[in-house]
Amino acid sequence: MKRNEAWITNTIKIAGSSSILFVMLIFIFLMREGLPTLSEIDLSSLIATRWYPIEEMYGILPLISGSLIVTIFSMIIALPFGIGTAIYIGEIAPQRVNEILKPLVEVLAGIPSVVLGFIGILVLSPAMRIGLNLPTGLTALTGAVLLALIAIPTIVSLTEDAFYAVPTSYREAAYALGATQWQVIWRVVLPAARSGILNAVMLGIGRSLGETMAVMMVTGNAPTIFTGLESFIAPVRTMTATIASEMGEVATGSAHYRVLFFIGIILFLFSLVINITSSSLSMRPKRGKDQVVS
Amino acid sequence: MKLMSFDRAPKRNLNQKLVQQVGFNMIRLITLITILPILGIVVYIAIKGAPAISWEFISAMPSDGMRAGGILPAIIGTIYLMLGTGMISVPLGIAAGIYLAEYANDNWWTRLIRIAIISLAGVPSVVYGLFGLGLFVLFFNFGISIISAALTLSIMTLPVIISTTEEAMRSVPYKFRVVGISLGGTQWQTIRKVILPRALPGIITGIILGLERAVGETAPILFTGATFYLPHLPSSPMDATMALPYHIYVISTQIPGMPVTIQYGTVLVLLAFVLAMNLIASVIRSRARAKRQW
Repeated sequence: MKRNEAWITNTIKIAGSSSILFVMLIFIFLMREGLPTLSEIDLSSLIATRWYPIEEMYGILPLISGSLIVTIFSMIIALPFGIGTAIYIGEIAPQRVNEILKPLVEVLAGIPSVVLGFIGILVLSPAMRIGLNLPTGLTALTGAVLLALIAIPTIVSLTEDAFYAVPTSYREAAYALGATQWQVIWRVVLPAARSGILNAVMLGIGRSLGETMAVMMVTGNAPTIFTGLESFIAPVRTMTATIASEMGEVATGSAHYRVLFFIGIILFLFSLVINITSSSLSMRPKRGKDQVVS
Repeated sequence: MKLMSFDRAPKRNLNQKLVQQVGFNMIRLITLITILPILGIVVYIAIKGAPAISWEFISAMPSDGMRAGGILPAIIGTIYLMLGTGMISVPLGIAAGIYLAEYANDNWWTRLIRIAIISLAGVPSVVYGLFGLGLFVLFFNFGISIISAALTLSIMTLPVIISTTEEAMRSVPYKFRVVGISLGGTQWQTIRKVILPRALPGIITGIILGLERAVGETAPILFTGATFYLPHLPSSPMDATMALPYHIYVISTQIPGMPVTIQYGTVLVLLAFVLAMNLIASVIRSRARAKRQW
Protein backbone atom coordinates (compact mmCIF):
# COMPACT_ATOMS: atom_id res chain seq x y z
CA MET A 1 0.00 0.00 0.00
CA LYS A 2 2.73 2.41 1.07
CA ARG A 3 4.80 1.66 -2.03
CA ASN A 4 1.73 1.94 -4.20
CA GLU A 5 1.03 5.39 -2.78
CA ALA A 6 4.59 6.60 -3.37
CA TRP A 7 4.26 5.46 -6.97
CA ILE A 8 1.04 7.39 -7.47
CA THR A 9 2.41 10.49 -5.78
CA ASN A 10 5.47 10.48 -7.98
CA THR A 11 3.39 10.02 -11.13
CA ILE A 12 1.27 13.01 -10.16
CA LYS A 13 4.36 15.09 -9.49
CA ILE A 14 5.85 14.24 -12.88
CA ALA A 15 2.54 14.95 -14.63
CA GLY A 16 2.40 18.26 -12.77
CA SER A 17 5.59 19.38 -14.40
CA SER A 18 4.69 18.12 -17.87
CA SER A 19 3.59 21.57 -19.06
CA ILE A 20 7.14 22.87 -18.73
CA LEU A 21 8.35 19.96 -20.85
CA PHE A 22 5.76 20.69 -23.55
CA VAL A 23 6.58 24.38 -23.78
CA MET A 24 10.25 23.43 -24.13
CA LEU A 25 9.44 20.82 -26.77
CA ILE A 26 7.42 23.34 -28.78
CA PHE A 27 10.29 25.81 -28.59
CA ILE A 28 12.95 23.23 -29.47
CA PHE A 29 11.09 21.78 -32.44
CA LEU A 30 10.14 25.14 -33.88
CA MET A 31 13.80 26.16 -33.58
CA ARG A 32 15.06 22.89 -35.01
CA GLU A 33 12.97 23.26 -38.16
CA GLY A 34 12.91 27.04 -38.43
CA LEU A 35 16.26 28.36 -37.30
CA PRO A 36 18.26 27.00 -40.28
CA THR A 37 16.39 29.69 -42.25
CA LEU A 38 18.92 32.19 -41.02
CA SER A 39 21.83 30.26 -42.54
CA GLU A 40 20.02 29.55 -45.82
CA ILE A 41 18.48 32.95 -46.48
CA ASP A 42 20.01 36.38 -46.07
CA LEU A 43 18.48 38.41 -43.29
CA SER A 44 18.12 41.29 -45.76
CA SER A 45 15.96 39.21 -48.11
CA LEU A 46 13.93 37.96 -45.17
CA ILE A 47 13.18 41.45 -43.89
CA ALA A 48 11.90 42.52 -47.26
CA THR A 49 8.61 43.60 -48.70
CA ARG A 50 7.87 40.84 -51.21
CA TRP A 51 6.50 37.43 -50.31
CA TYR A 52 6.62 35.40 -53.50
CA PRO A 53 7.90 31.90 -52.65
CA ILE A 54 7.74 30.59 -56.23
CA GLU A 55 10.53 32.99 -57.15
CA GLU A 56 12.23 32.40 -53.82
CA MET A 57 11.30 35.80 -52.47
CA TYR A 58 10.70 35.37 -48.78
CA GLY A 59 10.11 38.90 -47.48
CA ILE A 60 8.03 38.48 -44.32
CA LEU A 61 7.18 42.17 -43.79
CA PRO A 62 3.89 42.02 -45.74
CA LEU A 63 2.78 39.08 -43.59
CA ILE A 64 3.63 40.85 -40.35
CA SER A 65 1.91 43.95 -41.69
CA GLY A 66 -1.15 41.86 -42.61
CA SER A 67 -1.35 40.32 -39.14
CA LEU A 68 -1.02 43.73 -37.48
CA ILE A 69 -3.65 45.43 -39.67
CA VAL A 70 -6.21 42.71 -39.07
CA THR A 71 -5.45 42.46 -35.34
CA ILE A 72 -5.52 46.21 -34.68
CA PHE A 73 -8.72 46.65 -36.62
CA SER A 74 -10.37 43.71 -34.88
CA MET A 75 -9.51 45.25 -31.53
CA ILE A 76 -10.99 48.61 -32.56
CA ILE A 77 -14.25 46.73 -33.19
CA ALA A 78 -14.07 44.24 -30.32
CA LEU A 79 -13.12 46.55 -27.45
CA PRO A 80 -16.18 48.82 -27.33
CA PHE A 81 -18.54 45.90 -27.89
CA GLY A 82 -16.72 43.53 -25.55
CA ILE A 83 -16.30 46.00 -22.72
CA GLY A 84 -19.81 47.42 -23.26
CA THR A 85 -21.32 43.93 -23.04
CA ALA A 86 -19.26 43.22 -19.93
CA ILE A 87 -20.55 46.44 -18.33
CA TYR A 88 -24.10 45.38 -19.11
CA ILE A 89 -23.63 41.83 -17.80
CA GLY A 90 -21.61 42.80 -14.77
CA GLU A 91 -23.22 46.04 -13.63
CA ILE A 92 -26.60 46.70 -15.23
CA ALA A 93 -28.45 43.57 -16.34
CA PRO A 94 -30.88 41.86 -13.97
CA GLN A 95 -30.00 38.32 -12.92
CA ARG A 96 -32.56 36.63 -15.19
CA VAL A 97 -31.27 38.47 -18.28
CA ASN A 98 -27.75 37.33 -17.42
CA GLU A 99 -28.97 33.74 -17.29
CA ILE A 100 -29.56 34.06 -21.04
CA LEU A 101 -26.72 36.42 -21.95
CA LYS A 102 -23.85 34.53 -20.33
CA PRO A 103 -24.59 31.18 -22.03
CA LEU A 104 -24.94 33.06 -25.35
CA VAL A 105 -21.47 34.52 -24.98
CA GLU A 106 -20.23 31.01 -24.17
CA VAL A 107 -21.90 29.76 -27.33
CA LEU A 108 -19.94 32.33 -29.32
CA ALA A 109 -16.75 31.14 -27.64
CA GLY A 110 -17.63 27.60 -28.67
CA ILE A 111 -18.33 28.25 -32.36
CA PRO A 112 -15.33 26.82 -34.25
CA SER A 113 -13.36 29.39 -36.21
CA VAL A 114 -13.83 27.42 -39.42
CA VAL A 115 -17.60 27.89 -39.03
CA LEU A 116 -17.16 31.65 -38.64
CA GLY A 117 -14.89 31.60 -41.68
CA PHE A 118 -17.57 29.76 -43.61
CA ILE A 119 -20.20 32.36 -42.67
CA GLY A 120 -17.60 34.98 -43.58
CA ILE A 121 -17.25 33.59 -47.10
CA LEU A 122 -20.93 32.98 -47.79
CA VAL A 123 -22.63 35.85 -45.96
CA LEU A 124 -20.30 38.54 -44.65
CA SER A 125 -17.97 39.06 -47.59
CA PRO A 126 -20.71 39.36 -50.25
CA ALA A 127 -22.47 41.82 -47.92
CA MET A 128 -19.25 43.82 -47.57
CA ARG A 129 -18.65 43.80 -51.31
CA ILE A 130 -22.11 45.11 -52.09
CA GLY A 131 -22.42 47.39 -49.07
CA LEU A 132 -19.06 49.11 -49.52
CA ASN A 133 -19.02 48.76 -53.31
CA LEU A 134 -15.67 46.93 -53.42
CA PRO A 135 -14.18 44.74 -56.16
CA THR A 136 -13.91 41.90 -53.62
CA GLY A 137 -15.43 41.24 -50.21
CA LEU A 138 -12.38 39.27 -49.09
CA THR A 139 -10.59 42.07 -47.25
CA ALA A 140 -8.75 42.93 -44.05
CA LEU A 141 -11.97 44.49 -42.77
CA THR A 142 -13.94 41.26 -43.27
CA GLY A 143 -11.24 39.36 -41.39
CA ALA A 144 -11.23 41.96 -38.64
CA VAL A 145 -14.99 41.65 -38.12
CA LEU A 146 -14.70 37.86 -37.74
CA LEU A 147 -11.71 38.23 -35.44
CA ALA A 148 -13.68 40.68 -33.32
CA LEU A 149 -16.37 38.01 -32.91
CA ILE A 150 -13.69 35.52 -31.91
CA ALA A 151 -12.03 37.90 -29.42
CA ILE A 152 -15.25 39.22 -27.85
CA PRO A 153 -15.97 36.23 -25.56
CA THR A 154 -12.44 36.42 -24.13
CA ILE A 155 -12.74 40.17 -23.57
CA VAL A 156 -16.23 39.95 -22.08
CA SER A 157 -15.45 37.22 -19.57
CA LEU A 158 -12.12 38.66 -18.42
CA THR A 159 -13.51 42.22 -18.14
CA GLU A 160 -16.48 40.92 -16.21
CA ASP A 161 -14.10 39.09 -13.84
CA ALA A 162 -12.26 42.38 -13.35
CA PHE A 163 -15.52 44.16 -12.46
CA TYR A 164 -16.42 41.37 -10.07
CA ALA A 165 -13.08 41.79 -8.31
CA VAL A 166 -13.80 45.46 -7.50
CA PRO A 167 -14.82 45.48 -3.80
CA THR A 168 -18.47 46.31 -3.06
CA SER A 169 -17.28 48.88 -0.53
CA TYR A 170 -15.98 51.08 -3.38
CA ARG A 171 -19.42 51.13 -4.95
CA GLU A 172 -21.15 51.72 -1.62
CA ALA A 173 -18.84 54.64 -0.83
CA ALA A 174 -19.65 56.29 -4.15
CA TYR A 175 -23.40 55.77 -3.73
CA ALA A 176 -23.15 57.28 -0.24
CA LEU A 177 -21.64 60.39 -1.80
CA GLY A 178 -24.71 60.69 -4.00
CA ALA A 179 -23.34 59.23 -7.21
CA THR A 180 -25.71 57.75 -9.77
CA GLN A 181 -25.17 54.16 -10.89
CA TRP A 182 -23.76 55.45 -14.15
CA GLN A 183 -21.22 57.60 -12.31
CA VAL A 184 -20.24 54.62 -10.17
CA ILE A 185 -19.64 52.48 -13.25
CA TRP A 186 -17.80 55.18 -15.16
CA ARG A 187 -15.70 56.76 -12.43
CA VAL A 188 -15.24 54.01 -9.83
CA VAL A 189 -15.65 50.53 -11.29
CA LEU A 190 -13.94 51.09 -14.64
CA PRO A 191 -10.83 52.82 -13.18
CA ALA A 192 -10.58 50.23 -10.40
CA ALA A 193 -10.81 47.38 -12.90
CA ARG A 194 -8.38 48.84 -15.39
CA SER A 195 -5.56 46.33 -14.87
CA GLY A 196 -8.02 43.52 -15.39
CA ILE A 197 -9.37 45.21 -18.51
CA LEU A 198 -5.84 45.67 -19.82
CA ASN A 199 -5.33 41.94 -19.25
CA ALA A 200 -8.49 41.25 -21.25
CA VAL A 201 -7.26 43.47 -24.07
CA MET A 202 -3.87 41.72 -24.16
CA LEU A 203 -5.40 38.26 -24.32
CA GLY A 204 -7.86 39.49 -26.95
CA ILE A 205 -4.91 40.65 -29.05
CA GLY A 206 -3.31 37.26 -28.52
CA ARG A 207 -6.46 35.50 -29.72
CA SER A 208 -6.67 37.69 -32.84
CA LEU A 209 -3.01 37.43 -33.73
CA GLY A 210 -3.02 33.64 -33.45
CA GLU A 211 -6.34 32.98 -35.16
CA THR A 212 -5.90 31.07 -38.38
CA MET A 213 -8.82 29.51 -40.20
CA ALA A 214 -11.38 32.33 -40.14
CA VAL A 215 -8.74 34.84 -41.26
CA MET A 216 -7.35 32.61 -43.95
CA MET A 217 -10.79 32.02 -45.44
CA VAL A 218 -11.91 35.66 -45.69
CA THR A 219 -8.91 37.97 -46.08
CA GLY A 220 -8.24 37.20 -49.74
CA ASN A 221 -4.72 35.85 -49.26
CA ALA A 222 -2.78 38.64 -50.94
CA PRO A 223 0.52 39.43 -49.23
CA THR A 224 0.50 43.22 -49.44
CA ILE A 225 2.08 45.83 -47.24
CA PHE A 226 0.22 48.53 -45.36
CA THR A 227 0.05 51.68 -47.45
CA GLY A 228 -2.72 53.69 -45.86
CA LEU A 229 -6.37 53.54 -44.92
CA GLU A 230 -7.30 51.82 -48.18
CA SER A 231 -5.37 48.77 -46.96
CA PHE A 232 -8.25 48.05 -44.60
CA ILE A 233 -10.59 47.32 -47.47
CA ALA A 234 -8.03 45.47 -49.61
CA PRO A 235 -7.05 41.80 -49.44
CA VAL A 236 -4.22 40.99 -47.04
CA ARG A 237 -2.53 37.91 -45.73
CA THR A 238 -1.56 37.17 -42.14
CA MET A 239 1.36 35.14 -40.80
CA THR A 240 -0.97 32.40 -39.55
CA ALA A 241 -2.81 32.14 -42.89
CA THR A 242 0.48 31.89 -44.77
CA ILE A 243 1.65 28.95 -42.68
CA ALA A 244 -1.70 27.19 -42.90
CA SER A 245 -2.17 27.61 -46.63
CA GLU A 246 1.40 26.90 -47.78
CA MET A 247 2.78 24.27 -45.40
CA GLY A 248 0.77 21.53 -47.07
CA GLU A 249 2.46 22.12 -50.41
CA VAL A 250 6.13 22.56 -49.54
CA ALA A 251 8.86 19.94 -49.59
CA THR A 252 10.14 19.05 -46.12
CA GLY A 253 13.48 20.74 -45.51
CA SER A 254 13.22 23.23 -48.39
CA ALA A 255 13.93 26.92 -47.86
CA HIS A 256 10.21 27.68 -48.11
CA TYR A 257 9.49 25.07 -45.42
CA ARG A 258 12.13 26.59 -43.14
CA VAL A 259 10.78 30.12 -43.57
CA LEU A 260 7.26 28.95 -42.66
CA PHE A 261 8.65 27.48 -39.43
CA PHE A 262 10.56 30.71 -38.90
CA ILE A 263 7.25 32.61 -39.07
CA GLY A 264 5.95 30.08 -36.54
CA ILE A 265 8.82 31.02 -34.21
CA ILE A 266 7.86 34.70 -34.51
CA LEU A 267 4.22 33.88 -33.71
CA PHE A 268 5.26 31.69 -30.77
CA LEU A 269 7.46 34.44 -29.33
CA PHE A 270 4.68 37.02 -29.80
CA SER A 271 2.25 34.78 -27.92
CA LEU A 272 4.76 34.13 -25.13
CA VAL A 273 5.37 37.85 -24.61
CA ILE A 274 1.65 38.65 -24.62
CA ASN A 275 0.70 35.87 -22.24
CA ILE A 276 3.53 36.32 -19.78
CA THR A 277 3.00 40.09 -19.65
CA SER A 278 -0.72 39.70 -19.15
CA SER A 279 -0.28 37.10 -16.43
CA SER A 280 2.16 39.36 -14.57
CA LEU A 281 -0.42 42.13 -14.92
CA SER A 282 -3.18 40.03 -13.43
CA MET A 283 -0.94 38.81 -10.60
CA ARG A 284 -0.76 42.30 -9.09
CA PRO A 285 -4.28 43.71 -9.32
CA LYS A 286 -4.28 44.65 -5.61
CA ARG A 287 -1.73 47.37 -6.02
CA GLY A 288 -3.68 48.80 -8.92
CA LYS A 289 -6.82 49.01 -6.83
CA ASP A 290 -5.09 50.78 -3.98
CA GLN A 291 -3.90 53.44 -6.37
CA VAL A 292 -7.47 54.29 -7.29
CA VAL A 293 -8.50 55.36 -3.81
CA SER A 294 -5.26 57.03 -2.79
CA MET B 1 -10.60 62.86 -4.15
CA LYS B 2 -11.07 64.05 -7.67
CA LEU B 3 -13.30 61.36 -9.03
CA MET B 4 -15.97 61.91 -6.38
CA SER B 5 -16.79 65.54 -7.07
CA PHE B 6 -20.54 65.21 -7.58
CA ASP B 7 -22.70 68.28 -7.77
CA ARG B 8 -25.52 68.71 -5.30
CA ALA B 9 -27.67 71.18 -7.16
CA PRO B 10 -31.03 69.52 -8.02
CA LYS B 11 -30.84 70.71 -11.60
CA ARG B 12 -27.52 68.96 -12.11
CA ASN B 13 -28.98 65.83 -10.51
CA LEU B 14 -31.65 65.81 -13.14
CA ASN B 15 -28.91 66.09 -15.75
CA GLN B 16 -27.11 63.16 -14.17
CA LYS B 17 -30.28 61.09 -14.37
CA LEU B 18 -30.51 61.93 -18.05
CA VAL B 19 -26.85 61.07 -18.60
CA GLN B 20 -27.44 57.74 -16.87
CA GLN B 21 -30.51 57.04 -18.96
CA VAL B 22 -28.65 57.76 -22.20
CA GLY B 23 -25.59 55.82 -21.03
CA PHE B 24 -27.59 52.76 -20.04
CA ASN B 25 -29.43 52.72 -23.33
CA MET B 26 -26.15 53.00 -25.20
CA ILE B 27 -24.75 50.03 -23.27
CA ARG B 28 -27.94 48.07 -23.93
CA LEU B 29 -27.64 48.80 -27.63
CA ILE B 30 -23.98 47.74 -27.70
CA THR B 31 -24.88 44.48 -25.94
CA LEU B 32 -27.70 43.87 -28.39
CA ILE B 33 -25.38 44.42 -31.37
CA THR B 34 -22.92 41.96 -29.82
CA ILE B 35 -25.50 39.30 -29.06
CA LEU B 36 -27.58 39.43 -32.25
CA PRO B 37 -24.88 38.11 -34.61
CA ILE B 38 -24.38 35.10 -32.29
CA LEU B 39 -28.05 34.21 -32.41
CA GLY B 40 -28.14 35.12 -36.09
CA ILE B 41 -25.28 32.78 -37.00
CA VAL B 42 -26.69 29.82 -35.08
CA VAL B 43 -30.25 30.25 -36.35
CA TYR B 44 -29.15 30.93 -39.92
CA ILE B 45 -26.98 27.81 -40.04
CA ALA B 46 -29.77 25.75 -38.49
CA ILE B 47 -32.30 26.94 -41.09
CA LYS B 48 -30.00 26.62 -44.09
CA GLY B 49 -28.49 23.32 -42.95
CA ALA B 50 -31.60 21.49 -41.78
CA PRO B 51 -32.80 20.45 -45.29
CA ALA B 52 -29.51 18.58 -45.86
CA ILE B 53 -29.76 16.53 -42.69
CA SER B 54 -30.97 13.01 -43.25
CA TRP B 55 -29.95 9.57 -42.11
CA GLU B 56 -28.09 9.13 -45.37
CA PHE B 57 -26.20 12.39 -44.89
CA ILE B 58 -24.70 11.28 -41.58
CA SER B 59 -24.30 7.60 -42.39
CA ALA B 60 -23.08 7.44 -45.99
CA MET B 61 -19.74 7.95 -47.69
CA PRO B 62 -19.30 11.02 -49.88
CA SER B 63 -19.79 10.50 -53.60
CA ASP B 64 -19.35 12.45 -56.83
CA GLY B 65 -16.20 14.24 -55.61
CA MET B 66 -17.93 15.03 -52.29
CA ARG B 67 -20.69 16.92 -54.10
CA ALA B 68 -23.21 14.28 -53.06
CA GLY B 69 -23.70 11.53 -50.50
CA GLY B 70 -22.92 11.75 -46.80
CA ILE B 71 -20.19 12.87 -44.49
CA LEU B 72 -19.74 9.71 -42.41
CA PRO B 73 -15.92 9.58 -42.63
CA ALA B 74 -15.63 13.18 -41.39
CA ILE B 75 -17.95 12.48 -38.44
CA ILE B 76 -16.17 9.26 -37.51
CA GLY B 77 -12.79 10.96 -37.92
CA THR B 78 -13.78 13.76 -35.56
CA ILE B 79 -14.99 11.22 -32.99
CA TYR B 80 -11.71 9.27 -33.28
CA LEU B 81 -9.71 12.47 -32.83
CA MET B 82 -11.80 13.47 -29.83
CA LEU B 83 -11.38 10.06 -28.16
CA GLY B 84 -7.66 9.95 -28.94
CA THR B 85 -7.18 13.44 -27.56
CA GLY B 86 -9.16 12.58 -24.44
CA MET B 87 -7.15 9.39 -23.80
CA ILE B 88 -3.98 11.43 -23.50
CA SER B 89 -5.03 14.82 -22.19
CA VAL B 90 -7.59 13.69 -19.60
CA PRO B 91 -5.34 11.55 -17.35
CA LEU B 92 -2.38 13.88 -17.79
CA GLY B 93 -4.44 17.03 -17.23
CA ILE B 94 -6.23 15.68 -14.15
CA ALA B 95 -2.96 14.49 -12.62
CA ALA B 96 -1.33 17.86 -13.26
CA GLY B 97 -4.36 19.68 -11.82
CA ILE B 98 -4.28 17.48 -8.70
CA TYR B 99 -0.58 18.21 -8.34
CA LEU B 100 -1.13 21.99 -8.47
CA ALA B 101 -4.08 21.91 -6.09
CA GLU B 102 -2.83 19.39 -3.54
CA TYR B 103 0.93 18.86 -3.71
CA ALA B 104 2.63 21.94 -5.14
CA ASN B 105 4.41 24.31 -2.77
CA ASP B 106 4.49 28.00 -3.49
CA ASN B 107 8.01 28.10 -4.91
CA TRP B 108 9.75 29.06 -8.15
CA TRP B 109 9.15 25.67 -9.74
CA THR B 110 5.40 25.94 -9.25
CA ARG B 111 5.46 29.47 -10.62
CA LEU B 112 7.36 28.15 -13.64
CA ILE B 113 4.69 25.46 -14.14
CA ARG B 114 1.98 28.13 -14.04
CA ILE B 115 3.82 30.28 -16.57
CA ALA B 116 4.17 27.19 -18.78
CA ILE B 117 0.43 26.47 -18.57
CA ILE B 118 -0.43 30.08 -19.41
CA SER B 119 2.01 29.96 -22.32
CA LEU B 120 0.53 26.70 -23.64
CA ALA B 121 -2.95 28.25 -23.48
CA GLY B 122 -1.80 31.15 -25.62
CA VAL B 123 0.13 29.35 -28.34
CA PRO B 124 -1.63 29.98 -31.69
CA SER B 125 -3.37 26.88 -33.02
CA VAL B 126 -1.37 26.88 -36.26
CA VAL B 127 1.86 26.88 -34.24
CA TYR B 128 0.59 23.70 -32.54
CA GLY B 129 0.21 22.35 -36.05
CA LEU B 130 3.84 23.17 -36.88
CA PHE B 131 5.00 21.65 -33.61
CA GLY B 132 3.01 18.46 -34.24
CA LEU B 133 4.49 18.26 -37.72
CA GLY B 134 8.03 18.71 -36.41
CA LEU B 135 7.78 16.37 -33.41
CA PHE B 136 5.16 13.70 -34.08
CA VAL B 137 4.92 13.49 -37.86
CA LEU B 138 8.61 13.86 -38.71
CA PHE B 139 10.78 13.24 -35.64
CA PHE B 140 8.78 10.31 -34.19
CA ASN B 141 7.89 9.32 -37.73
CA PHE B 142 4.19 8.76 -36.94
CA GLY B 143 3.40 10.35 -40.31
CA ILE B 144 0.18 12.20 -41.07
CA SER B 145 -2.00 10.12 -38.79
CA ILE B 146 -4.73 10.10 -36.17
CA ILE B 147 -2.10 9.54 -33.49
CA SER B 148 -0.03 12.59 -34.53
CA ALA B 149 -3.14 14.78 -34.66
CA ALA B 150 -4.50 13.47 -31.35
CA LEU B 151 -1.16 14.03 -29.61
CA THR B 152 -1.01 17.59 -30.96
CA LEU B 153 -4.59 18.33 -29.91
CA SER B 154 -3.94 16.79 -26.46
CA ILE B 155 -1.19 19.25 -25.69
CA MET B 156 -3.41 22.06 -26.92
CA THR B 157 -6.31 21.05 -24.65
CA LEU B 158 -4.11 20.33 -21.63
CA PRO B 159 -4.16 23.88 -20.14
CA VAL B 160 -7.99 23.92 -20.03
CA ILE B 161 -8.18 20.56 -18.28
CA ILE B 162 -5.38 21.38 -15.82
CA SER B 163 -6.84 24.73 -14.78
CA THR B 164 -10.42 23.50 -14.39
CA THR B 165 -9.25 20.44 -12.42
CA GLU B 166 -7.18 22.62 -10.11
CA GLU B 167 -10.04 25.05 -9.64
CA ALA B 168 -12.51 22.23 -8.93
CA MET B 169 -10.15 20.63 -6.38
CA ARG B 170 -9.54 23.97 -4.66
CA SER B 171 -13.26 24.67 -4.39
CA VAL B 172 -13.57 21.69 -2.01
CA PRO B 173 -13.13 23.22 1.49
CA TYR B 174 -9.95 22.57 3.43
CA LYS B 175 -11.81 20.86 6.29
CA PHE B 176 -12.61 17.89 4.05
CA ARG B 177 -8.87 17.23 3.83
CA VAL B 178 -8.39 17.63 7.58
CA VAL B 179 -11.17 15.15 8.28
CA GLY B 180 -9.85 12.69 5.70
CA ILE B 181 -6.36 12.71 7.20
CA SER B 182 -7.61 12.62 10.80
CA LEU B 183 -9.62 9.48 10.06
CA GLY B 184 -6.32 7.78 9.28
CA GLY B 185 -6.35 8.22 5.52
CA THR B 186 -3.13 8.94 3.68
CA GLN B 187 -2.95 12.06 1.53
CA TRP B 188 -3.68 10.10 -1.64
CA GLN B 189 -6.57 8.20 -0.01
CA THR B 190 -8.06 11.52 1.10
CA ILE B 191 -7.70 12.96 -2.37
CA ARG B 192 -9.15 9.89 -4.06
CA LYS B 193 -12.00 9.10 -1.73
CA VAL B 194 -12.94 12.54 -0.43
CA ILE B 195 -11.77 15.40 -2.62
CA LEU B 196 -11.89 13.94 -6.12
CA PRO B 197 -15.55 12.78 -5.98
CA ARG B 198 -16.62 16.25 -4.88
CA ALA B 199 -14.51 17.95 -7.54
CA LEU B 200 -15.66 15.57 -10.27
CA PRO B 201 -18.46 17.66 -11.82
CA GLY B 202 -16.06 20.60 -12.21
CA ILE B 203 -13.42 18.34 -13.71
CA ILE B 204 -15.87 16.77 -16.17
CA THR B 205 -17.02 20.24 -17.23
CA GLY B 206 -13.39 21.16 -17.92
CA ILE B 207 -12.80 17.96 -19.90
CA ILE B 208 -15.85 18.61 -22.07
CA LEU B 209 -14.86 22.22 -22.72
CA GLY B 210 -11.30 21.15 -23.58
CA LEU B 211 -12.48 18.44 -25.96
CA GLU B 212 -15.02 20.84 -27.46
CA ARG B 213 -12.11 23.02 -28.50
CA ALA B 214 -10.26 20.02 -29.91
CA VAL B 215 -13.31 18.98 -31.94
CA GLY B 216 -13.66 22.40 -33.56
CA GLU B 217 -10.01 23.13 -34.31
CA THR B 218 -8.68 22.87 -37.84
CA ALA B 219 -5.23 24.43 -37.88
CA PRO B 220 -3.52 21.92 -35.55
CA ILE B 221 -4.64 18.96 -37.67
CA LEU B 222 -3.95 20.52 -41.07
CA PHE B 223 -0.48 19.04 -41.38
CA THR B 224 -0.62 16.37 -38.67
CA GLY B 225 -3.59 14.14 -39.40
CA ALA B 226 -6.26 15.56 -41.66
CA THR B 227 -6.75 14.41 -45.19
CA PHE B 228 -8.79 15.81 -48.04
CA TYR B 229 -10.67 12.65 -48.93
CA LEU B 230 -10.69 9.07 -47.76
CA PRO B 231 -12.60 6.41 -49.68
CA HIS B 232 -12.84 4.21 -46.56
CA LEU B 233 -12.94 4.71 -42.80
CA PRO B 234 -9.56 4.90 -41.03
CA SER B 235 -8.66 1.44 -39.79
CA SER B 236 -5.73 2.16 -37.48
CA PRO B 237 -4.35 5.07 -35.43
CA MET B 238 -1.58 5.36 -38.02
CA ASP B 239 -4.06 6.27 -40.76
CA ALA B 240 -4.81 9.83 -41.76
CA THR B 241 -8.43 10.81 -41.32
CA MET B 242 -11.08 13.17 -42.53
CA ALA B 243 -12.49 15.50 -39.87
CA LEU B 244 -15.51 17.80 -39.77
CA PRO B 245 -13.72 21.17 -39.38
CA TYR B 246 -11.16 20.42 -42.08
CA HIS B 247 -13.92 19.05 -44.29
CA ILE B 248 -15.80 22.35 -43.94
CA TYR B 249 -12.67 24.21 -44.96
CA VAL B 250 -12.21 21.94 -47.97
CA ILE B 251 -15.79 22.07 -49.23
CA SER B 252 -16.08 25.81 -48.78
CA THR B 253 -12.80 26.85 -50.40
CA GLN B 254 -11.29 24.04 -52.45
CA ILE B 255 -14.10 22.45 -54.41
CA PRO B 256 -15.81 24.48 -57.12
CA GLY B 257 -19.51 23.89 -57.69
CA MET B 258 -20.11 22.50 -54.23
CA PRO B 259 -23.87 22.40 -53.45
CA VAL B 260 -24.68 24.95 -50.76
CA THR B 261 -27.04 22.63 -48.87
CA ILE B 262 -24.24 20.11 -48.28
CA GLN B 263 -21.98 22.90 -47.07
CA TYR B 264 -24.55 24.23 -44.62
CA GLY B 265 -25.51 20.70 -43.59
CA THR B 266 -21.91 19.85 -42.72
CA VAL B 267 -21.50 23.10 -40.80
CA LEU B 268 -24.73 22.35 -38.91
CA VAL B 269 -23.48 18.90 -37.91
CA LEU B 270 -20.24 20.34 -36.49
CA LEU B 271 -22.07 23.19 -34.78
CA ALA B 272 -24.61 20.81 -33.24
CA PHE B 273 -21.76 18.57 -32.06
CA VAL B 274 -19.95 21.47 -30.39
CA LEU B 275 -23.02 23.16 -28.93
CA ALA B 276 -24.29 19.86 -27.53
CA MET B 277 -20.99 19.48 -25.66
CA ASN B 278 -21.33 23.07 -24.47
CA LEU B 279 -24.84 22.35 -23.22
CA ILE B 280 -23.85 19.14 -21.42
CA ALA B 281 -21.01 20.99 -19.69
CA SER B 282 -23.26 23.76 -18.43
CA VAL B 283 -25.95 21.32 -17.27
CA ILE B 284 -23.37 19.38 -15.25
CA ARG B 285 -22.01 22.62 -13.81
CA SER B 286 -25.35 24.03 -12.72
CA ARG B 287 -26.55 20.70 -11.30
CA ALA B 288 -23.36 20.37 -9.26
CA ARG B 289 -23.84 23.91 -7.94
CA ALA B 290 -27.38 23.11 -6.87
CA LYS B 291 -26.31 19.92 -5.09
CA ARG B 292 -23.30 21.41 -3.31
CA GLN B 293 -23.10 20.32 0.36
CA TRP B 294 -20.97 23.20 1.63
